[in-house]
Amino acid sequence: MPNYRNIKEKLIELLLSTASITALLILIGIFVFLFITGIRTFTEISPTEFFLGNEWNPTAYGEPKWGILSLVIGTIIVTFGSLVIAIPLGIASAVYLSEIAKPKIRETIKPVIEMIAGIPSVVLGLIGILFLSPLIAKIFGLSSGLNAFTSSIIVGVMVLPTIISISEDVLTSLPNEFRESSLALGATKWQMIRMTLLPAALSGIVAAIMLGLGRAVGETMGVLMVAGNSRAMPISFFDPIRPMTANIAIEIKEVVKGSLHYEALFAIGLVLFVMTFVVNFISDIIIEKQVRKYKW
Amino acid sequence: MQEEIKIEFKDTNFWYNSKQILVGINLKIYSNKITALIGPSGCGKSTLLRCINRMNDLIPISKIDGKLLYNNENIYEKDTDVIELRKEIGMVFQKPNPFPMSIFDNVAYGLRIQNMKDKNKIKQIVKESLEKADLWDEVKDRLNLSAFRLSGGQQQRLCIARSLAINPEVVLLDEPCSALDPLATAKIESLLRKLKNERTIIIVTHNMHQAKRISDYTCYLLNGKVIEYSGTAEMFDNPKNKLTKDYINGEFG
Amino acid sequence: MVNEYVRQNIYFLLFRIATFLSVVFLLFILLYILKEGIGVIDIKFLTSMWSHRDITQGGIFPAIIGTIFLAIGVSIISIPIGICTAIYLNEYAKENLLTRTIKLAIRNLAGVPSIVYGIFGLAFFVLFLKLGGSLIAASLTLGCMTLPWIITASEEALKSVPLSFREGSYALGATKWQTVRKNVLPHSFSGMLTGSILGISRAIGETAPIIMIGATFFMGYLPSSPFDKFMALPYHLFILATQHSSPYAREYALGTSLVLIALIFMLNSGFFILRYKLRKKKEW
Repeated sequence: MPNYRNIKEKLIELLLSTASITALLILIGIFVFLFITGIRTFTEISPTEFFLGNEWNPTAYGEPKWGILSLVIGTIIVTFGSLVIAIPLGIASAVYLSEIAKPKIRETIKPVIEMIAGIPSVVLGLIGILFLSPLIAKIFGLSSGLNAFTSSIIVGVMVLPTIISISEDVLTSLPNEFRESSLALGATKWQMIRMTLLPAALSGIVAAIMLGLGRAVGETMGVLMVAGNSRAMPISFFDPIRPMTANIAIEIKEVVKGSLHYEALFAIGLVLFVMTFVVNFISDIIIEKQVRKYKW
Repeated sequence: MQEEIKIEFKDTNFWYNSKQILVGINLKIYSNKITALIGPSGCGKSTLLRCINRMNDLIPISKIDGKLLYNNENIYEKDTDVIELRKEIGMVFQKPNPFPMSIFDNVAYGLRIQNMKDKNKIKQIVKESLEKADLWDEVKDRLNLSAFRLSGGQQQRLCIARSLAINPEVVLLDEPCSALDPLATAKIESLLRKLKNERTIIIVTHNMHQAKRISDYTCYLLNGKVIEYSGTAEMFDNPKNKLTKDYINGEFG
Repeated sequence: MVNEYVRQNIYFLLFRIATFLSVVFLLFILLYILKEGIGVIDIKFLTSMWSHRDITQGGIFPAIIGTIFLAIGVSIISIPIGICTAIYLNEYAKENLLTRTIKLAIRNLAGVPSIVYGIFGLAFFVLFLKLGGSLIAASLTLGCMTLPWIITASEEALKSVPLSFREGSYALGATKWQTVRKNVLPHSFSGMLTGSILGISRAIGETAPIIMIGATFFMGYLPSSPFDKFMALPYHLFILATQHSSPYAREYALGTSLVLIALIFMLNSGFFILRYKLRKKKEW
């Protein structure tokens, strides 16, 4: 009887631990498949041309161009633009929700913000095409509103819930003594927030921004539908652009499997993977720091 | 008087995360007696208690050496069946911790995990256990009520009934009354006096009055060491060690 | 001091505006889609096959069915593995290198862009395992993407069960699995399930990965096996919005997104109601 019991316990543990390795295998699998396909690109194209060439035109007759610099810059512009919108709005909303709003208002608004997170990006992209871009074109007198600026707004809205909910969690988890001791010294509520809470929550808020940044870099539909898809090197915020994600989505269906073009798209995927991996890794370390400080 | 030894610590040391909590413990616990462990908080008395049913195994960064004999067998051998051990050595915790189920299911839990299927037998044992824990009369009409609806004292007696249901030889109690009012405490104390006829009871308490009232033996621990161990009357009337005297006087002063 | 209060009021006003801006934006999106999209929604739109030549003659039925099939496929793949992983990590795993690596992998998987899952799915499921562009390949790909969300949500649910339940159970001589099955899972299972539903509802809105693994814009029949291609609401509305020439494409895209949002909100509201009920039921 005890023997049978021990065997059963061991079998269940084995089953559960096997399941838990799946996640690790997926991550390794993603890296390996991107790597073995993507790396073959560099047997024919030099890394210098790939990373520093500013023209991407793999299907050009006779002389294809393989430089991803303009795509990378597209990604950087949209990421930057979306964060410029989402960071101030996100932190302000988090402070409002955790410190200022009455409980009833907070409990109404929080689900609404979770709902924004639940709207599929393709729907936000649709709003970008049908509503926002004509509006932007009209306001700024452009021929087309499908550009980096409009796309930044859409991606900013997508990133916003991430920044709000994580920053709010960090603020709420700060010990109440911070608030009480600060108010007891005669600080106003705003002084308490500015001089006590925000500094204490700083690393957590930075982590929230990093996670938002990771999402913005990887966002596809919000740029594919709204950013204008031009491969030319952008000069201003109102130029149409084509970030890396959009480029993969546009071209992957058309390419011949196993061709150099196919491999090059995987190489772009690998660049994206590494970028988001690094961003997430850093935010992970920062969150760990915040957790250790305040048991968040 | 010849006393039977139920549990014996032999040079037992215990570390938690490289900090030594128990230092060279040598202690004999006698059958069918109440032994009280007293000492200031952080002295290691709860840790010592949790060594006896190996609850400390749940803490991954702990280490133990030396011997701990239960019925003359070392329970820290490689082939010790911890599950069987815990069935024989019951435990009641500091804060009442009923499971979120009915009163009946709480008491029946231990029987069901031993695959007891006979419904009448389960009913019978649940009734007996609740009676032994002086709770039957208060709950017999509402056995299907959630255990959380009981008062704190009732919850603690339910937890005692729960551990009695699987008929343990030893019952460990970790400050069982610290969250209860004096009335509920008195009930539990009289219950423990009744139980010791059939079982060995070890109780950790921070309340020396309680130790004096109910225990046959008392052990005073300080910084993980046994300072003094003797019959309760002897210890409180005539402590041998100066440290014990100071501690007792500080409290009774 | 008066100055401090003025400053405080100004800042607080700004914060309030920022918050309400997000709320207003959401309401605007919903109202816009509702107002512009409701016009095309009727029984025919919801229950007819897609008509390729004249889109006003058909409906999006196959896309709705495709999305529902996808949700089922993703659930079958990711919920069991996700819940088992969460149980292992929270109840069994010892703190060692493998455990730490698995936890790190889960956190990083949650940050991998969906398009990267897409090309991984293309390379691995579609081409390497030769599943082709199919429902099963798409379910597997989206399942991989959903897995870290489900694990995280399930771990939350397990962590909310107090330690004292486990201790009490062990002290009665219960084994690990008995403790987990009788005293941890019953109090966390519905929490895990609601978290999983939320993950699935996010997965069915994803478009980027399924572009390259089997979603089609037009199919004259419903998928009859997991190896068939399929239509899906998000992909359908993407093509309508960006590549279709019909003058009605705009209305149809809005109508399709209304259906998609309704589907997601239905799943989510189930989640919110369940969570509310569970919170009320909790006694500890």
